[in-house]
Amino acid sequence: MKPVNFDYYRPDTVDEAVDLLAEHGEEARVIAGGQSLMALLNLRLAEPRALIDIAHLAELSYCRDSDTHMEIGAAVTQAQLLAQPGLAEAVPLLAQALPHVGHFQTRNRGTVCGSLAHGDPSSELPLCLATLEGEVVLRSKRGERVLKASEFQVGLLATAREPDELVVAARYPLKQPRAGYAFTEVARRHGDFAIVSLAAVAENGTLRLGVGGVADRPAAREWQIAPDQADDALNEFAWALGGEDDIHATARYRRDIVRKLGRKVLEEAAACAS
Amino acid sequence: MRKLSQGERHRVSFTLNGKPVSSWAEPRMLLTDFIRQELGETGTHVGCEHGICGACTVRLDGEAVRACLCLAVQAEGRAVDTVEGLAEHGGPLSALQQAFRKHHALQCGYCTPGILMSLSDLFEREPHPDDEQLRDVVGGHLCRCTGYAGIMAAAREVAGMAKKAE
Repeated sequence: MKPVNFDYYRPDTVDEAVDLLAEHGEEARVIAGGQSLMALLNLRLAEPRALIDIAHLAELSYCRDSDTHMEIGAAVTQAQLLAQPGLAEAVPLLAQALPHVGHFQTRNRGTVCGSLAHGDPSSELPLCLATLEGEVVLRSKRGERVLKASEFQVGLLATAREPDELVVAARYPLKQPRAGYAFTEVARRHGDFAIVSLAAVAENGTLRLGVGGVADRPAAREWQIAPDQADDALNEFAWALGGEDDIHATARYRRDIVRKLGRKVLEEAAACAS
Repeated sequence: MRKLSQGERHRVSFTLNGKPVSSWAEPRMLLTDFIRQELGETGTHVGCEHGICGACTVRLDGEAVRACLCLAVQAEGRAVDTVEGLAEHGGPLSALQQAFRKHHALQCGYCTPGILMSLSDLFEREPHPDDEQLRDVVGGHLCRCTGYAGIMAAAREVAGMAKKAE
């Protein structure tokens, strides 16, 4: 239950961090809040030769709104985002989902971008990014690129980040004027990993549902339909996600949650839409 | 840029319960082990060592965090508070500790230091938390003895006492 030996680097700038990644590549891991990575290190599921700490980088400690999205730097913790004034008006889905992310004690250190980079299929923040069709900003010595959520997360704990790239920011689209948003999840205890998590957007007669915890990554579907007509579509989506039995729940139970809570969360989103 | 090489011990200094402390740690040393083994303060308990149980919770710059998910070298220059700092040695217990005693909020006591540090963070941010906020904070800890009823009763009393003091 102790990490392997590694060299610890504390770069002073993003450029230095990116240089270190170019030098060490797959042998390196980036640590920000460490709320997923430290557990992996302690369990020796991750055995990096170099650990690059970006938590203190002022360049990455910002939240700013553009015309279309809120950009969240890689050093911003989940607690800082939750305390951001006006979050519920700017990105209502994040305001609803963040209290479900880990616990009070882990949100104090865990970062938004760290959760995206970790890519747990049941995590709330990747689900919100996928449902809202947000983006991830990556930087390396070769330059900067922006990936859509669906391009970024490619599987279970797997992303399209190249070994020399640093996740520098996440972009969550701002609330659309007439849209409604809702979030819910099923977990054994509040704060535990979700068995199934659901995020919904209702806008102009279009319903969009994102589901986490069933497939190997968050998945979203969109329908031109009213919530009370959505049962067949939800059933088809529930089967298409291809969930499997595991120690937490059966595949059948997961499909049931998608069907029943899916409809409920869509109704909640539609009720908030105007 | 700072590089701390593996296998070597590096000087780590921070403020522990208001007093400057300093000792040596390899980069891979957890903050829990540094506090207990290097600094000799054993009130911070080690449970699961992967962030689930909350027994090792300390306050880092005032915020309740899992010390097992933090490297000792990451605490450099910061303020760390542990259960030892809640009351003067030999002096009266804090209101929160007194409430824990009164409501039998512990049996074996293993989880208690972590819960006290989490609640002390909450009460500093929000002197009158509601039940939902208390549950959110206490929910970040595993207690296998009490069933949480005593812990919640103690926390509620502190929240209520704070109201009366207004």
